[in-house]
Amino acid sequence: MIKALVAVFLAAILTENYVLSKFLGICPFLGVSKKVNTALGMSAAVTFVMVLATAVTYPIYMYLLVPANLSYLETIVFILVIAGLVQLVEIILKKYIPSLYNSLGIYLPLITTNCAVLGVTMLVIEKSGENFGYLHALVNALGAGIGFLVAMVMFAGVRQRLETADIPKSLKGLPITLVAASLVSLSFLGFSGIVENMLY
Amino acid sequence: MQTNTNEKKKYNYVKELTKGIIKENPVLCLVLGTCPTLAVTTAASNAIGMGIAATIVLICSNAVISALRKVIPDKVRIPAYITIIAAFVTMVQMVVKAFAPAIDESLGIFLPLIVVNCIILGRAEMYASKNAVFPSILDGLGMGIGFTATLLLMGSIREILGNGTWFGMDLPGNLQIMIFLLPPGGFFVFGMLIALASKLSGKKPPKAGGCAHCPLKGSCSMITEGGKTCEEKAQVEVEASAKGGGEV
Repeated sequence: MIKALVAVFLAAILTENYVLSKFLGICPFLGVSKKVNTALGMSAAVTFVMVLATAVTYPIYMYLLVPANLSYLETIVFILVIAGLVQLVEIILKKYIPSLYNSLGIYLPLITTNCAVLGVTMLVIEKSGENFGYLHALVNALGAGIGFLVAMVMFAGVRQRLETADIPKSLKGLPITLVAASLVSLSFLGFSGIVENMLY
Repeated sequence: MQTNTNEKKKYNYVKELTKGIIKENPVLCLVLGTCPTLAVTTAASNAIGMGIAATIVLICSNAVISALRKVIPDKVRIPAYITIIAAFVTMVQMVVKAFAPAIDESLGIFLPLIVVNCIILGRAEMYASKNAVFPSILDGLGMGIGFTATLLLMGSIREILGNGTWFGMDLPGNLQIMIFLLPPGGFFVFGMLIALASKLSGKKPPKAGGCAHCPLKGSCSMITEGGKTCEEKAQVEVEASAKGGGEV
């Protein structure tokens, strides 16, 4: 049981990294990764919302939509739940934990339209089965968030180096950033198979 | 966001339609919708399927949002847009599942994720919420064609180089450079296409994603006083710390 959870967690970070191998959440990955500090704040907020959203949407799907035979409403219900949840978290943080709000709050409105959050909640529904229950879904969401954090922080480091590099005119800005992302993603390919070898 | 002064605007219908295809190409110039662009372009047929699905949603949501632009209160417009878009995505999803199960299979999670595709929300916020219904439909169609064309171009490059086929047909030479089908190849081809587009148009390549292109920048709390975006603020901080000042 614990072994399976560790496998899910590690797979979500390394081999199935949501940004670098599933292409989810590319916008913040390219947009908010100029500085390590902002990258950290954004990914912390994303991780928090991912786990919270999965914790809410999974039971809604399993115990509300499936029995009522409404599973085709998955998309619309999930995006509304996430949008509402983000608003709620923002209000609660602002009122009760202002210090946390000051560091994470500014990233929250961006998260509603972050496809990684909606992607995680939908992918765990797709994966769910006998060997993949509520706990696995939560661990998967946490791993996805940490994976996002790892990718963002690593990439922010790479980009700070790029700032001073001498780059051909047409490649300046986004193109060279994408080539750098390609190399970072290539390095993550090296992890393929690591989870299976480690645990089975 | 809702102004009545725009009502008397004269529209050049041809321009509304064609601007999305080249001049304001949503993917290569505005850098929106990067996730599906990278993810579904491993084969040309997937790219076409994704492009058409997104175009249909874009046209329908633009039309409805434009028709309702005076009814939707300004404060709740983003949730309202998302709900409208999600409804159309669900419809398209059901149609694709019923009539083209193979495309549904290969697009997987990215079909429902059209909901959070920045192009659609971006056009709703930047265009449909301020313009009349018919130009909004043309705008949606033009942007959709631009999106589909770019996806097709990327899908073709990746399929030809990575799999040695085009739309499933075998090509002479039988190139099979695996890396183009893998995620790094996606990033690489996309970067090269943007560089090529900026070389051909003579314009500077777009800055890396970020607030400048974000469709939500009008309502985003990351934009601080003085109209500075988070990015610009961070830039100022970096420059200040580079000078050794450290204080911002």
